[in-house]
Amino acid sequence: MTWSEAFLQVLKDNDVRLAAYVPDNVLTPLLTGITSDNYFRSVCATREDEAIGVVAGAWMGGLRSVVMMQTSGFALIANALASLTVPSQIPCVMVISERGTMGEFNVGQHLVARTMRPVLDTLGIAHHTLTDEATMPFIVDRSIKQAFMTQASVAFILSPLLTGGNPAGNAKLKSAG
Amino acid sequence: MATEPLAPVRLNRAILTKRLVAKLDREAVVAGIGNTNWDLFGAGHRPENFYMLGSMGLACPIALGVALAQPERGVIALEGDGSILMSLGCLATIGKIAPRNLTIIVWDNGLYQITGKQPTATAGSTDIVAVAKAAGIPNAQWVRTEAHFDQLLSRRFADDGPLFLAAKIDDKPGPVQTPRDPALIRNRFMKGLGVGNAGALD
Repeated sequence: MTWSEAFLQVLKDNDVRLAAYVPDNVLTPLLTGITSDNYFRSVCATREDEAIGVVAGAWMGGLRSVVMMQTSGFALIANALASLTVPSQIPCVMVISERGTMGEFNVGQHLVARTMRPVLDTLGIAHHTLTDEATMPFIVDRSIKQAFMTQASVAFILSPLLTGGNPAGNAKLKSAG
Repeated sequence: MATEPLAPVRLNRAILTKRLVAKLDREAVVAGIGNTNWDLFGAGHRPENFYMLGSMGLACPIALGVALAQPERGVIALEGDGSILMSLGCLATIGKIAPRNLTIIVWDNGLYQITGKQPTATAGSTDIVAVAKAAGIPNAQWVRTEAHFDQLLSRRFADDGPLFLAAKIDDKPGPVQTPRDPALIRNRFMKGLGVGNAGALD
């Protein structure tokens, strides 16, 4: 089972049936798995804060859901987290593919990535950096359960150690070496 | 260029909101920040109301989420012109998904009223109904009179896709303000929607 198949299985085990996302290269196997499986509904949003709004509404309506985005997209959602999901105690499960580290070629990605964990810490949002397939299902399963039981958000940061990183970046690294 | 003329009269948000609420049964209403949700609160609290205290521009995405979670329930998003201008992309998303149980109503006074009445783009160059149509919501119309509003509302949820209505309104502020307790608002909304154990301690 690939990391993405294992991840989707944990979502199913926890009755997470809706994914709102803004597309990303590293997330592609997750997104393809979701859009090709009738178990899931999906919403391809135009912005990441829009996706946060959708999952907030879905949760209040009784549908468990997840948001998927790239690191740079996280930089767009501080207001949605700080003024909607956190004070309302709406558990928002975020899956963020990590750019800006371990071979980043784009300086903008590098800088925006450095804002992510401090914002999560400031808002008191639990976050886990997922680095290997062996521990990933346990961390994700337990943390999703905790998020819904405690009505608190959680962020899963998908490290290049787990995903292999951005294919476009990997090609650039090869030519740089 | 042949464009649809804008609504000829300026209506009043509080009056239209009261007319809307009078028609509702168990429908969920998600109201955007400021005067939009104050006038919803002023029309008489209902358990199915969600009042936003921040996250400007997210009334339509939140309403879309509720509509997807509860496809048998009608869901109405109320937004101001400044708020919808902040998140025009969500109209494209909603046009693409086309949930038939979603209605969007935009109160368009052409002003960032609450921040000092600075003019918005809809005061001049932008026709928000034309934007909605072009984004993929063909059933989009200007409200021309109070009676016309009633007539348009009676057709909500009757068609295949979402309904988008916009009304040119005056600059009167909402007379009352919603209590600012987001966790309470969220809990009562979920209870109103019959979700989980939100009413367990009543």
